Amino acid sequence: MITTAPAPIQTAPATPGGRAWRRFRRNKVGVAALVMVVILAIVALVFFVFDRLGIPFPMDPDATNLERKLLPPNPVNWLGTDNLGRDVLSRLLNGAYISLTVGFVAVFVSLFIGVVVGAVAGYFGKWVDNLIMRAVDALMCFPTFFLILTAVALLGPSIFNIIFVIGLVSWTGTARLVRAEFLTLRESSYVQAARALGQRGWKIIFRHILPNAAAPILVTAVLGVPEAILAEAGLSFLGFGVQPPQATWGNIIADGKTYILDAWWLILFPGLAILLAALSFYLTGDALRQAVETRSERQ
Amino acid sequence: MAAFIIRRLLVSAVLLFFISIISFFIITLTPGSPYPWGELNPKVSEEVKRVFREKFHLDRPLHEQYAFIMRDLFTGNLRSIKDERPVLEKIAERLPATLLLNIGALALSLSFGLMLGIYGARHAGRPPDVITSVIAFIFIALPGFWVSYLVAIALVDWAAVPILGTHTIGVAFTNGAQVFLDRWWHVMMPASILAIGGIAVQSRFVRASMIETLREDYIRTARAKGLDENAVFYRHALRNSIRPLITGIGMLLPALISGAVIIENIFAYPGMGRLGYEAVLERDYPTLVALNFVTAALVLVGNLIADMLYAVVDPRVRLE
Repeated sequence: MITTAPAPIQTAPATPGGRAWRRFRRNKVGVAALVMVVILAIVALVFFVFDRLGIPFPMDPDATNLERKLLPPNPVNWLGTDNLGRDVLSRLLNGAYISLTVGFVAVFVSLFIGVVVGAVAGYFGKWVDNLIMRAVDALMCFPTFFLILTAVALLGPSIFNIIFVIGLVSWTGTARLVRAEFLTLRESSYVQAARALGQRGWKIIFRHILPNAAAPILVTAVLGVPEAILAEAGLSFLGFGVQPPQATWGNIIADGKTYILDAWWLILFPGLAILLAALSFYLTGDALRQAVETRSERQ
Repeated sequence: MAAFIIRRLLVSAVLLFFISIISFFIITLTPGSPYPWGELNPKVSEEVKRVFREKFHLDRPLHEQYAFIMRDLFTGNLRSIKDERPVLEKIAERLPATLLLNIGALALSLSFGLMLGIYGARHAGRPPDVITSVIAFIFIALPGFWVSYLVAIALVDWAAVPILGTHTIGVAFTNGAQVFLDRWWHVMMPASILAIGGIAVQSRFVRASMIETLREDYIRTARAKGLDENAVFYRHALRNSIRPLITGIGMLLPALISGAVIIENIFAYPGMGRLGYEAVLERDYPTLVALNFVTAALVLVGNLIADMLYAVVDPRVRLE
């Protein structure tokens, strides 16, 4: 029996999130970038599991083979081998989870600090706001990467320390943003109403104001991921990243720089991986910003 | 104007105090051995450690340590652990090279960023804008150290652009102009690579501000009185791009100095970034405290200059 389904009626989604998602889907660059982010996350997860289960696919990233060292890309080693004969492709795939973990978790740390500090400054205002924002201004004067390098070097390089330090120095932007949102939102009538009903400050902050500031916070979070990925790559390159033999994108380049004129594949491919990962997050974040920012309808 | 400057200076003094506290605590509160030779090195006796702690006031309570370090820093007595030379002297040595590199990179960022941003805004929403936006994000996402190596490989093979140091080695120029040009010739490559990210950030900034400006009433007026689009764009709207240009100075400086840490290492460029990296390797923490303090203070000065330029350019700020 043939039934003709009635054509679905296009109605504007009721929630702001739904509307933003619809605007996001229309942005081809953004959708492509988001797909890349998802693929990267899946690859990182899959190869992390392979690593823990000891499945050598496509090859064992740490297996050395001095008879096959510094080979250019070939049918066996698609992206060539390094100076110890390790397969570059396997090392790239194996190192993916380091970059993404650092990216995501560092952003969570910085988001947590930034939201709390910004909310307190924006909600309570007066001298609290003044004190906090001057400290934020001062922290913003520091060259972030140098600060990270100093702290990681003193703490000792480990993935936990790297995440912690990157998160600890990169919350200032979020704090400023959250504070600005709070300054406007706390004057809104529904916050006045909540206050009139006698609700406490913390409850107003987290139940009433924060959810309404979620969109710009989400955008800064997504844009913070590539910053952390690039910072980690830089640290790895200088030798203060996650320590060998664990492969990271940065330390493959650092190891490869000795053979720069003979083995271009040791430099080119890990760099492309870093670029691709960072770019995907930046473009996703930018598309997200355009989707939630209703003000800039021209873009 | 005078009141504005005085208020700015007062705020800066407060910021400087916060900066000194932050740079001190990052080093001191970081758990981990303060000793350059490592905590558990069996060859170092307790006596040596005690002398070391006393020399750098590590046996005192924190607030006294802070007072000692700041006193020594401002009187120029803070000495490096590694070679016992005054830290300020070491930094002063590196300052000219650092200024040359960062000012060069800043100039490149602002000028090319302006051009790319204007181009994007001119074609807002259309394919040329989408393409320049993606290019801008590629620029931001490029790891500087990676570009440096790719460029170095290419340049060594195809061009005679110097990629090491600050001057041609083994040639003694007698002419001041020659020395000057030789310096710029050497700083060109690292400065360009350092500027890549800055160009992109600045272009996004200029583009957003131009698009914002194009929605103003006076632009509608200009269009309504029949001016052609070019005149509206370049005569009326572009004038307001001077503001993001100035803000860009304060915004880009910390990022440039950060990037310089890596770039200076690759190009063997003797600036403060390289000094910092060497100090990190040697756990030379008086130098680290001083470097963090001085670089942050330099950024603060940059911001202050930007604020004052702001007041000169924008009549609305002068009213404050």
